[in-house]
Amino acid sequence: MLTYILRRAGLALSVILATLVTTFVVFFAGPSDPAQSLCPENRCNAERLQAIRVNLGLDRPLTVQFVEYFKGLFVGRDFEFAGETTHCGAPCLGFSYHTGRSVNDELFTRFPNTVVLALMAAVIFTIVGITIGIFAAVKRGSATDRILIGGSQVFGAIPYYILALLFALYMVTFWRVLPQYSAFSEGAGVYFAGMIAPALILGLVTSTSYTRYTRNSMIETLSMDYVRTARSKGISERRVLVNHGLRAAMGPIVTILGLDIAALLTGTLITEKIFEVDGIGRRALQALFDDDLPVIMGTVLMAAVIVVIFNLIVDIGYSFIDPRVRLS
Amino acid sequence: MTASTQQFTTTSGEASQAGDVVLDVKDLSIAFPTEEGLVRAVSDLTYQARLGRTLAIVGESGSGKSVSSMAVLGLHNPKRTQITGSIKLDGNELVGASQATFQKLRSTTAAMVFQDPQSSLHPFHKVGRQIAEAYRTHHKVSKAVAHKRAVEMLDLVGIPTPARRALQYPHEFSGGMRQRAMIALGLVNDPKLLIADEPTTALDVTVQAQILDLVNDMQKEFGSAVILITHDLAVVAETADDILVMYAGRGVEKGDAKEVLARPSHPYTYGLLQSIPSATDDGTGDLKAIRGAPPSLLNLPTGCSFHPRCDFQPLVGAACIETLPEWRPTPGLTNRQLRCHLEDPVATLQNDEGAK
Repeated sequence: MLTYILRRAGLALSVILATLVTTFVVFFAGPSDPAQSLCPENRCNAERLQAIRVNLGLDRPLTVQFVEYFKGLFVGRDFEFAGETTHCGAPCLGFSYHTGRSVNDELFTRFPNTVVLALMAAVIFTIVGITIGIFAAVKRGSATDRILIGGSQVFGAIPYYILALLFALYMVTFWRVLPQYSAFSEGAGVYFAGMIAPALILGLVTSTSYTRYTRNSMIETLSMDYVRTARSKGISERRVLVNHGLRAAMGPIVTILGLDIAALLTGTLITEKIFEVDGIGRRALQALFDDDLPVIMGTVLMAAVIVVIFNLIVDIGYSFIDPRVRLS
Repeated sequence: MTASTQQFTTTSGEASQAGDVVLDVKDLSIAFPTEEGLVRAVSDLTYQARLGRTLAIVGESGSGKSVSSMAVLGLHNPKRTQITGSIKLDGNELVGASQATFQKLRSTTAAMVFQDPQSSLHPFHKVGRQIAEAYRTHHKVSKAVAHKRAVEMLDLVGIPTPARRALQYPHEFSGGMRQRAMIALGLVNDPKLLIADEPTTALDVTVQAQILDLVNDMQKEFGSAVILITHDLAVVAETADDILVMYAGRGVEKGDAKEVLARPSHPYTYGLLQSIPSATDDGTGDLKAIRGAPPSLLNLPTGCSFHPRCDFQPLVGAACIETLPEWRPTPGLTNRQLRCHLEDPVATLQNDEGAK
């Protein structure tokens, strides 16, 4: 078990490192110029731009910059702004080129919003998706099954950003059925109420794929010999379906669930943007427009860590679901 | 152990002593509507199973052996199955019975051991728990008592260190051990009828004999009726008292198991026995096979379903093609019935064997 954890940890670190290097290289390989986006050419002359680059340390070789960044993650680093030295403790993600705030602050003040949104959506799509999926599987071939699956496919086939936009427009802006997003500082009540609209549409749309996974997985399990054995014991049909059928059907669903939650936790770009939720996804999008390298690197690093952790959770969780899987 | 298992007997019914009929199947027909047409899996099947006796149901794949037995436990989807005739299990009519009736009778009156223990045990549940669940469903006892009962059952079917084994998962068991556990599961509520559906097919040859011995021992211990579904005639010879030979969903011959194997009176039974390689053969000759292939259940031959493959049909003529033979006692034999138009089937088949 210990060697397993060590090996997984080593693997995780190399995945994260590779992600960081790739992001770094891609950023500089592309047509990005943080200095220009800070001060457009029509306002700054060439010397001024060069001064900004030197100030940000962008004039040094890539390798040096990367080593500096990487060092900051583990031991922290010192920044010099206009003669003043600011220490940035480990894990140091640097300072935003644009706001000048520490990236750690930028991300960690927003992360809770993304977490709340992701988890609320996850609760909705697991409950709705799995329930409808079981129902469709039990009634497979019937009109109910076709209506449920057909409906969810239509719903899932409409581009998400259109659905989310229409939902926000009508439910929040025009009809005011659901309240708008407001920051946590304005009170927990209004904060969570404001999360309902984005979580609902994100959850419902994501639930359509869970309906299909669950239905397929359930249909497969219900044809298994051990379900027949369970039925032959004289236990109730509900018990056959839940304790024997669903129990076995959950394996693949939990795997996808873990990866989906990880993906949501790394930021839901479209949802956060449309509903103006101040989360990681929206901040990352802004950073991309701004050529704000430290924030981009920070969000990528955070996403990589989350995905790696959730992969591990899924693998460990799977060994609890399926006793045949041994962690070794 | 015997005493303690007997005291759990709570089911009341008509059959109570050896020889009593537990299962009375009459004119049972089972068909599955499909897109291609009606699959007639079982047609006009009639047989009985008695306490303390083992009935072997023999036939090729698709002859309706398993399908008819699964109907006894109500394991067919009622929406996709047409069942007519009568199945009387310990006095309860099961054709058209509700799921509630089946739930009450499953495991307590009739239980089933399936072919492949690897896939028939739930991979995510501990073996002891799977057995205890069946017990708790029909007895109002605590989990601890049910678990103890499960351990007792594992011990009874010859699993060493049963207390430890009960806490293991099926994948930690060997194939033979799993089938022992399935038998323990089948017997946990002391059913009057145990249906073993090809219980040894998925097992190693070396383990097969042990499992058959176990089924025999358990039958003595519990005094139940056993239906052994198999296509292996060697298994029948070793274990069965009575035999029912099925072809294309119909019974074609029934009688005392050893007598039928020694002196078959139906051309199909005869063909089956002829196709077994003999240990005394020098191994150079060709294996005899019944010519042709089993008929499609979507489109059964007219008259006797076996007529297109029967070497003796020319002796009878058109009757085989036109009319379905009814059950009748085999001429010249006692305690034997068959469905065949041959005038003197025993003599005909003996002549044929002599000619070879």
